[in-house]
Amino acid sequence: MLTLYGKNIPSRIFLGTAQYPSPMILENAVRHSGASIVTLSLRREIIGGEQRSRFHKFIEMLDAYVLPNTAGCCSVKEAVITARLARDLFKTNWIKLEVIGNQDTLQPDIFALVEAAKILVEEGFDVFPYMTDDLIVAERLVAAGCKTLMPWCAPIGSAKGPSNTASLRTMRDHFPDLPLIVDAGIGRPSHATMLMELGFDAILLNTAVAKALDPVKMAQAFAQAITAGRLGFEAGILNPRDIAIPSTPVIGQAVFP
Amino acid sequence: MHIRVNGEEFDVKAHFLDDLIEELGYAGDWLATAVNNELVANNERSNHRIYEHDRIEILSPMQGG
Repeated sequence: MLTLYGKNIPSRIFLGTAQYPSPMILENAVRHSGASIVTLSLRREIIGGEQRSRFHKFIEMLDAYVLPNTAGCCSVKEAVITARLARDLFKTNWIKLEVIGNQDTLQPDIFALVEAAKILVEEGFDVFPYMTDDLIVAERLVAAGCKTLMPWCAPIGSAKGPSNTASLRTMRDHFPDLPLIVDAGIGRPSHATMLMELGFDAILLNTAVAKALDPVKMAQAFAQAITAGRLGFEAGILNPRDIAIPSTPVIGQAVFP
Repeated sequence: MHIRVNGEEFDVKAHFLDDLIEELGYAGDWLATAVNNELVANNERSNHRIYEHDRIEILSPMQGG
């Protein structure tokens, strides 16, 4: 079973909670996918009451771990303060650390990311860094104390799917025992299957499910695709060959001259 | 006392953070607070004095990816 920061994680699909057509559809997508982890954010509260009370109840009823994020933060300072607020609010040391460096691509600022990760690890956080697929950044984050990494496969919400498979494969090969979760950029269930076949440990996605015509069905499709990819990886996938090899035995074949 | 909460200006009577939250009408248990860029934990609000021109953030859980 997958273990992240000492916790056993029963399924390998993790879901973001944003952009769903309704709270009920979100709840059903999480439930029917069997997602083990859901991501949440913090935003300014509205005066005058618990307008988000349904969402609060959703959190309280969740049968999944909560992973708060620092989405929207563009500096070390912002990300660190947001992480501290998230820990106080959600009573968890887990934090999905996002430090955005470019507003067009939402590409992480990897320099600020490493700096923020160092600070938060020293403060006892279990950091899940949202990062590019750069191997050196991965090494720096591990040196900073991150015990899991979350490389993107394409920009957030782009639905492009893996655009640099070679880099992701290199990262997987370089850190064979470190939990690696692909986060962001996935569009199709087959993208998730392909990444899991490479040996990634889990997939975190949001837009591809939330913006589907039927988010609940898409969540289920991703759950099955991720399971299929993982089983394929564990079973041992054949390397491709240039020549054909008959699958039916040749020995004993009748001869009709 | 003139303060800034979530980017808006307010004149309030409260002297402590938990009283301020009540005075302004924030509700529920799902709140996180920061004053002048520093976390004020849930269990510290009743003892946290607020001062003129403090910048206060009051946050709650939101959907996120």
